[in-house]
Amino acid sequence: MTHAVAVEKLGKRFGEKPLFEEFDLAVDRGETVAILGASGCGKSTLLRCIAGLVRPDAGRVNVDGEIGLVFQEPRLMPWLTLEKNVAFAARSGVERARVVETIRLVGLEHAAHLLPKELSGGMAQRAALARSLVRSPKILLLDEPLSALDALLRLELQGAIAQIVRDTSATALLVTHDVDEALYLADRIVVLDGSPARAALELTVPAAKRRSRRADVTAERIELLAALGVGEARAAPARSGLRLAT
Amino acid sequence: MRERPLLALALPLLLLAAWAWATSAGGVKVYQLASPADVARELGALAASGLLWKNVAASVERVAFGFAIASAVAIVLGTSVGLSRRTEAALDPTLQALRAVPSLAWVPLLLLWLGIGETAKITLIAIGAFFPIYVNLVAGIRGVDRKLIEVARVLGVRGFDLARRVVVPAALPSLLVGARIGLTQAWLFLVAAELLASTRGLGFMLTEGQQISRTDEILTAILLLALCGKLSESGMRALEKRLLRWTDGLPA
Repeated sequence: MTHAVAVEKLGKRFGEKPLFEEFDLAVDRGETVAILGASGCGKSTLLRCIAGLVRPDAGRVNVDGEIGLVFQEPRLMPWLTLEKNVAFAARSGVERARVVETIRLVGLEHAAHLLPKELSGGMAQRAALARSLVRSPKILLLDEPLSALDALLRLELQGAIAQIVRDTSATALLVTHDVDEALYLADRIVVLDGSPARAALELTVPAAKRRSRRADVTAERIELLAALGVGEARAAPARSGLRLAT
Repeated sequence: MRERPLLALALPLLLLAAWAWATSAGGVKVYQLASPADVARELGALAASGLLWKNVAASVERVAFGFAIASAVAIVLGTSVGLSRRTEAALDPTLQALRAVPSLAWVPLLLLWLGIGETAKITLIAIGAFFPIYVNLVAGIRGVDRKLIEVARVLGVRGFDLARRVVVPAALPSLLVGARIGLTQAWLFLVAAELLASTRGLGFMLTEGQQISRTDEILTAILLLALCGKLSESGMRALEKRLLRWTDGLPA
């Protein structure tokens, strides 16, 4: 079967620093993969290579289908209302007709006429999500989409993203540094580490534990944290962050 | 300022009082300075004879044409230079060099080329108004948030569409600031143009008043110029307010 996203032998340097050498990644159709890693490990660059925003120095990137990209910041056009911002992505009458429905999908139908400066951070990011959905993308690329939001809002939007990915049966590639977010949203998690970056760990989240905050993912969490080099977490598994995940 | 109109009015009223006193009890001669009453009378006479309207209309028309031409050329050149490094390399050094020329230095050349008619005046006004608009627009386009341009690129918006849908709207605040400065410049150069050679207009009233030693006519012209300048500035500010509701704060 062909993959929705296939990265083959990717090479990319940032100045003197090698970010990737001969790096491979494949995402199946309909799969949600989380790329987890510390700041500066190259995970965002990887996503930008896939989105076509950054040209790889070597290797191939294959993307099979329309892409929707959500950045860390909403990046709405400040002179357009929310509705016109979402419509900014529409190319055809069909896509324009989908704008209102998409705004409803992210729960912002009451705010469609507002300007970005009148939106809260969470609303603005929902609007950005809606904009990325107008073209009915087969592949959603999410570049730390929630890391600028506060903790509660992040949980709420994780739920929204999970639902949207399920409803649109899109393939999703999520870049994050939040272990709990990766565990909640992903079918499979790839931990990046080192320079050039390697997959330090590849973990498939058991099907029964996906998209659930009730499932006990303590074991997976400890494994991921160890791969990220955060060993102390093993000694204190009852920290507040863990409670969010269980 | 708007919250304290009385305070803002205090100084003009004080000056008016000092003026009235100087021309009545103070012994200042009328050929040096006409009294406020003289100016009011002159204003009334001009209005009655239709000369007031004729002169104001002539000046407003010149400013409007000069400013419109300057805006059109500045928007075309500014957008091309702001969007393309290649156009910038080709045009910007020349324009910057021309900008360094004090605009009044063009006067002799304009008079030689275009004579003393309307074309020379409007051209001079356009030259004066062009540079603030151009410079601000280019700076505004350079300052457009790269992250917004990236969003558009991901969505496949390129070239002319990118300029129309992202770059120009994002640079609009700078463009409007430039236009406001440009309009002020237009009035400045209008006076310069009309002082040189004209048979009507507010600048003409200034020269005529000087030649026949009529300080009331000079002061009336100055008053009308202040009024026109203030009105056009208020108009520009109202336009900014209307078009820039989306910004966090209005630019100064």
